Amino acid sequence: MDNILLLIEAPFLSVQAILDGIIIGALFSLAAYGMALVWGVMRIINIAQGEFVILGGYVAYFLYEAGIHPMFGIPVAGVVLFVVGYGLYKVVIYRVVDKDLFISLLATFGLSILIQQLMNIMFGADVQIAEAGFGTSFMFDYNVTIPHIRIVTFIVSAFLGALLVIYIKRSRLGQAIRATAQNARAARVMGIDTDHVYAMTFSLNAAICGATGALVAMTFAIHPYIGLPYTIRSFMIVIMAGLGNLPGVIAAGTGIGVAEQFADYIFGAEFRMAFIFLLLVAFLVWRGRMLARKREVLK
Amino acid sequence: MKNKAILEVCNSSKSFGGVIANHNISLTVPEGEIVGLIGPNGSGKTTLFNTIVGTHPLDNGEVYFEGQEISSLRVPEIARLGMLRTFQQTRIYGGMTGVQNMRISSPLIHDSNFSTMFSGLPPEVDERSDELLEFVGLYEKRNLMSGDLSFGQQKLLEFAMALMNEPKLLLLDEPTAGINPTLINGLIDRLKLANEKFGITLFVIEHNMRVVMNLADSIYCLAHGEMLAHGLPDEIQNDQKVIDAYLGAS
Amino acid sequence: MSTTSTGNTGSTNPLLYIVILAFGIAAPFVMPAYIQQVSFLWIFILFALTWDLQGGQMGYNSFGNIVFFGTGMYVSASTQVALYFDLGAWNESGGENTFIHATDEYFIGLAAGLVLSGIVAAALAAFLGSGILGLRGQYFAICTLGLSVAAGEIAAGIDLIGAGSGMSTPVWPDAADSVIERGTFFYILCFMLAVATFIACKYLYSGRFGMVLNAIRDDEDKAEAMGIHTTRYKALSWTISAFFLGISGAIMGNIIGFIDPVDVAFTGATFGVWMVLMAILGGKGTLWGPVLGAAIFHIMQELFWTYFLGWQRVALGLLIILIVVFLPQGILGSLREHFPEWFGHRLEPVAVEDEK
Repeated sequence: MDNILLLIEAPFLSVQAILDGIIIGALFSLAAYGMALVWGVMRIINIAQGEFVILGGYVAYFLYEAGIHPMFGIPVAGVVLFVVGYGLYKVVIYRVVDKDLFISLLATFGLSILIQQLMNIMFGADVQIAEAGFGTSFMFDYNVTIPHIRIVTFIVSAFLGALLVIYIKRSRLGQAIRATAQNARAARVMGIDTDHVYAMTFSLNAAICGATGALVAMTFAIHPYIGLPYTIRSFMIVIMAGLGNLPGVIAAGTGIGVAEQFADYIFGAEFRMAFIFLLLVAFLVWRGRMLARKREVLK
Repeated sequence: MKNKAILEVCNSSKSFGGVIANHNISLTVPEGEIVGLIGPNGSGKTTLFNTIVGTHPLDNGEVYFEGQEISSLRVPEIARLGMLRTFQQTRIYGGMTGVQNMRISSPLIHDSNFSTMFSGLPPEVDERSDELLEFVGLYEKRNLMSGDLSFGQQKLLEFAMALMNEPKLLLLDEPTAGINPTLINGLIDRLKLANEKFGITLFVIEHNMRVVMNLADSIYCLAHGEMLAHGLPDEIQNDQKVIDAYLGAS
Repeated sequence: MSTTSTGNTGSTNPLLYIVILAFGIAAPFVMPAYIQQVSFLWIFILFALTWDLQGGQMGYNSFGNIVFFGTGMYVSASTQVALYFDLGAWNESGGENTFIHATDEYFIGLAAGLVLSGIVAAALAAFLGSGILGLRGQYFAICTLGLSVAAGEIAAGIDLIGAGSGMSTPVWPDAADSVIERGTFFYILCFMLAVATFIACKYLYSGRFGMVLNAIRDDEDKAEAMGIHTTRYKALSWTISAFFLGISGAIMGNIIGFIDPVDVAFTGATFGVWMVLMAILGGKGTLWGPVLGAAIFHIMQELFWTYFLGWQRVALGLLIILIVVFLPQGILGSLREHFPEWFGHRLEPVAVEDEK
């Protein structure tokens, strides 16, 4: 409990945790928005979400290695992952899109393991960072540090999120996506090519993940096996916020980001993963209980 | 003259996020009778069933079964007391055969403790299951996967399963919907027979006026979530309010 | 007309039992070089059978059953050590080099460990089940996935059991070699446990327990509406699986001799997924499907190690996708779909006339 006392005695730590949490939360929200898109439209929970993020991170990292500024990695990773997503849809996902939910869950789980292992073999298991070199600011007598890349990340995430929302609202494809999400069969009857919509949705999600990953590679670090926590965070944000509720997504993303930062101080960083995953379990059980009280079940 | 009430609903209300599905509904189902429940689409019939058997909690009011208040009990507890319901969209265990569907519906399953959970079922269960499958005319198909049966056959199977469970009161949600019209008379006979021979009280939601007039001893009519009328079939048939509700005049 | 059937309802050709038992008994003599692989085969069969007790029979697809395996592993190892030495000191010293179990200490400790691992794992399942089994469908799947990762991370943070650097199990006493060899001894344990699991499953599926699980799988709301104590059956199913998984973990820990929290005990990405896959490959919801699936999968897995060394994990990831995409019903499931008569699903006239 010393750690909690420390937080109270040194309020700067709390400021740091909250600031970091908000920035991280913006990143999580972006990936969560993509997951909600695929979930809502295709009824697939994409376990490989985190691996898409990490793949995007590697794109930015290799640009950085090649001497190109990793900021360019954001659009490039988006494009690369769009192509990867499209390929995966055409090869695997379209075969499971109308199947039993567990089948698609397991298929994306298989993808997740496959991508992990391929990354491990091709890129090595080391932790990599794409250094953006933006410098760092300090506040409160060097008690709170703010690497500038985090501010950039926050702004870029917000910008991409806004762009995405407008695109889904305004564009032809966005309308088709929303129609398919509401009722795929009716959309098909009305002449919407739902297969194309599915392909685009899945690719778009991969692209979002790619861009997110480029930011992750600059802000934090990447290695082949760090994908699953991003999937779990996205999943948690989506079920906390509900499908298609953007303010909820942002609130939940920020909440989880801040909670993680505080948990790091209280339990120690070595329990961060345990904290994220137990939070998921606890949240699901709690939600199940609340619904059971109303004699409903989580479906 | 009048039998004692097996089911009593007092001032039951239920709304879903502002939409009032049931408002101050009161009704009585006397033991041993067949009671019908009619009403236009969306008048709250199925919601009433759901609140009675415990699927949704009541906002207001009480439900009594054999004099015992059951408003706060959960679905399986109420079912074990002897009140069972069938579903409008017909629910059976599609991955099991007809016989298995019947066996699992035996009331012996209600008694599940460490000594009985792992045991088999006595041969009487199989005899009873065969009898009832014959009663509804599914004996030949008893070893087929029940998910492969036609909709009407599934409906009959669900009915047989309900009988297998030996309820005191059976709530049937549109038992004739989706059944071939030529078979409806047979079904009515079986419902009546179940009522007379097995002594099961029936409470039936039914859209088909001819069926309900034929079947029920008394009828309740719901409209817009409120109880509109109650009476003998003849009275209901000639009730101006009921006619208006059905023709959409009100 | 013979009624060889592999569904839950039919009877099995006794020849099959004889062949399998003969293989199990003969294996240590016929192929001593592969004794560990065959031991693992029995454990894999146990994995698939216990997974199917929820996933196939009850419709609760768990990614978290590995938690009970890992728990059993740690409970047994800790018991074996703590009965005679100080657990903290054991793990600090790296264990086996400093402290030596005498022969009788080794076997008494192992017996205690095996029993306790089953009990603790079962108790854990009962506790977790009370909350988690209230979730349905993909929520249950993802919740258990979270659980399996969390368990590994937690174990990696507890110093008493060696934290991230793992823990070693007691060393096999050389004196015992005169009676039985280490490999053979653990082989027998694996074989007996797998047989016990199979018998338990067969017994459960033959009575009302299996029927209730199937009813929950097909329509849980209907089962509740029919007055079935679904919660009790669900929790008990998980508890039974956990019991066997816990003991299998205890044995596995002793075979491998070293427990790494993430790579040996709580192996969500390998064993945790494989158990799902094996059951699906063979045909989930059947008694023999998991056995068949485990056997095929294990052979393929060993082949991958031989022929795709370095790429075997990639090949396994690919295999998951292939099975899920092209064979979601599994081998027996597909057979049942195409030849329902083989499984006893046929029209039976009321009066028995001429059978063609």
